[in-house]
Amino acid sequence: MTDRPLKVLIAKPGLDGHDRGAKVLARGLRDEGFEVVYTGLRQTPEMVVTAALQEDVDVVGLSILSGAHMTLLPRICELLREEGMADVLVTAGGIIPDEDIPALKQVGVAEVFGPGTSIAQVAAFMREHAPQRAE
Amino acid sequence: MPGSGEHLAEEARGGSRLALSRLLTAIESRTARAEEALRSLYPSAGSAHIVGVTGPPGGGKSTLVAALIAEARGAARAVAVLAIDPSSPVTGGAILGDRIRMQQYAGDRDVFIRSMASRGHLGGLAGSTAQAAAALDACGFAIVFIETVGTGQSEVEVASIADTTVVVEAPEMGDEIQAIKAGLLEVADIVVVNKSDRPGADRAAAGLRAMLSLADAPESTDPHALRPKPKRPEVLLASAIDGSGVPELLAALDVHHARHASADRPRNARIARARAQVEGILADRLREVMWTTYRATTEEILEQVAAHHLDPYAAADLLASALGRDPAGS
Repeated sequence: MTDRPLKVLIAKPGLDGHDRGAKVLARGLRDEGFEVVYTGLRQTPEMVVTAALQEDVDVVGLSILSGAHMTLLPRICELLREEGMADVLVTAGGIIPDEDIPALKQVGVAEVFGPGTSIAQVAAFMREHAPQRAE
Repeated sequence: MPGSGEHLAEEARGGSRLALSRLLTAIESRTARAEEALRSLYPSAGSAHIVGVTGPPGGGKSTLVAALIAEARGAARAVAVLAIDPSSPVTGGAILGDRIRMQQYAGDRDVFIRSMASRGHLGGLAGSTAQAAAALDACGFAIVFIETVGTGQSEVEVASIADTTVVVEAPEMGDEIQAIKAGLLEVADIVVVNKSDRPGADRAAAGLRAMLSLADAPESTDPHALRPKPKRPEVLLASAIDGSGVPELLAALDVHHARHASADRPRNARIARARAQVEGILADRLREVMWTTYRATTEEILEQVAAHHLDPYAAADLLASALGRDPAGS
């Protein structure tokens, strides 16, 4: 029984209060057969990484619309590495200017999904790039 | 050997939270590594207080557990939570949303919260919840809360693996007739009317007390009793939001545990837990053999039943005798 569902953490780091997108994504990924841990609004990087560690997720999906992505996302990637979870796939979505994307990819964000991305695209990316772990 | 189940168990016991987390994943996936790890951990388990928290959806179970964690941490006790949410019967997906109420403990190493999807298991738990609780127990957590999926009236499985079962009701739970129905309330050691800040809470608690006190004797302590006696649970009021009643609830949990951990604890409770675990594993093993070694036979038999050439009882007997000769599939 090793064919387990992909486990994804959906979190909103920082101080913006708009979680509709994150909730729609969580629900959509549920319908894709994923197990989605939803931790909601106003997460510190420490909260996100604690949840990722305790839940042993394959993917961390971060939704951010506040403009603080260049501070929060590198910090989350750094903490994940410190905790021995460098293999976790990190993706981001929300309002992130194109010119910031290369720098985010440099620090460990695998992909940035902008407005208009379909749930099927997100799910396909996660399936393809989630870490292969020994059972 | 690095990577072995025993090694993983050793690391988890040594305090690595990442190893513990990976171990829980292996347990959920029922891998050979998990089995190896659990075998080595089992002798170290048995000292934690396993507390089941159950009740209807939206009753405030997660928020109440979060308040209990704060109270237990005040007494410097390490706390783990297994929070179960339902898996979709259609896609297998799940939304695990209980820890959203328990976020304030990030950074506290002695609080470990893990969500589990039920993965098709009925009864309010996931199929491997008992094993996950045993792993947390062996890793030194003093209290392990098991929060079930939001239950209806008959998802009572948690009572077979918990030392103490708490049923959480909201003030709008219904009238006294709900309190005399068979099912969930019967397995409660403690009933909490949560949201006591809401109107109607006192009346709901009074109604529950009146009906539950009709049990004619406290629960049986005779291990050889032929018929189990109904429990007579304590009814408490609490408000997870403002914290009132939470210290009293934790104290009541401790009293219940102390009473039941003592030597005169009904043996049947422990045996019942062992039985639930062994039966679960046995059923899994049989299913596994049925669909691996005996797959062709199984499919052929199912075809015959579907076509009404064979009745399902005869089919089960046929399979049982085949599988019974070879329970390990070797």
